[in-house]
Amino acid sequence: MSAAFETLAAVTGNIGTIGYGLAAIGPGVGVGIIFGNGVQAMARQPEAAGLIRQNMLLGFAVVEALALIGFVVPFILS
Amino acid sequence: MSSDQLLAFETDCHLFKDCGFPAPSVWSFLFDPIFSVGPVDFNKPMLLALIGTVVILAFFWAAFSKPKLVPGKFQMVAEILYDFVRNGIARETIGKKGEPFVPFLVSLFFFVWILNLWALIPLAQFPVNSVIAFPVGLALMVWIVYMTVTFKTNGFVGGIRNLCVPSGLPKPIYVILTPIEFVSNIFVRPFTLAVRLFANMFAGHILILIFTIATWYMLGTLLGTVYATASFALTLVLTVFEMFIQALQAYVFTVLTATYLSQALEEAH
Repeated sequence: MSAAFETLAAVTGNIGTIGYGLAAIGPGVGVGIIFGNGVQAMARQPEAAGLIRQNMLLGFAVVEALALIGFVVPFILS
Repeated sequence: MSSDQLLAFETDCHLFKDCGFPAPSVWSFLFDPIFSVGPVDFNKPMLLALIGTVVILAFFWAAFSKPKLVPGKFQMVAEILYDFVRNGIARETIGKKGEPFVPFLVSLFFFVWILNLWALIPLAQFPVNSVIAFPVGLALMVWIVYMTVTFKTNGFVGGIRNLCVPSGLPKPIYVILTPIEFVSNIFVRPFTLAVRLFANMFAGHILILIFTIATWYMLGTLLGTVYATASFALTLVLTVFEMFIQALQAYVFTVLTATYLSQALEEAH
């Protein structure tokens, strides 16, 4: 290989957008699981809907925070 | 005011005019001081936080200073709000022992909520919690409260045990679990509490800004006006979504505080 590295591919624009895309994968799956299972639990036991909804929203907020950190970090580091 | 602090509305930049979209960024969250006392600058978020405090105080003062057995309309609204925090958060997560913390949780909930609500109120239109100092201050206060409660209910050794050693597990697991619990309970908790609130409000405000500025940016030509209408509709939809997120974040902040307090109140076995 030559001493100078050859550029095989280049990205123009803000690379933070790719970071956000990566950061959104996990929370996307997580939010889906939380609401899917939450709705299923409510359908199985409608009388516990209040408690389930509370925990569902709590889990949603905790998971969603990861995606939002991914959204905010490029702004701060730019 | 430096040129990059200029609002997008003040420039005459439109679509199809060969000038880039003036996207909002961190500068949208920096304000020039209204006035300065020595090295301390007093700016718009601080003013909004101060007005918010006064509004909450005035509201609950007006509702509860002369309580009646049969509540009037005003007192009834305040009682519903108070009951929501007491029954929905304190009773559900802490239980009977949570009663002394209800005033703390009520103040926390309504303070966080009104700081977020400023994003919707005309002329203010800025969620105060998107300046990270405010959530950090609130999270530090919560940290001090639950650490104090931990050591008060369990004593020093019991308090350390409460924070680091969850009971009822096989012995070898503690080698891994104790450091994790220590770091997570003492350092990660206040960090995530602050960052979650901050990031939510920051992201929400940026989203609304993007579509508001885009509405202005795309005006001018016939095709651009069609785009601008769509962008404006999206601004409205996002504003409604933000209303939900603001209340949810205040709720989550308070519920997590209550969860930490309930763990702090657990007696050592």
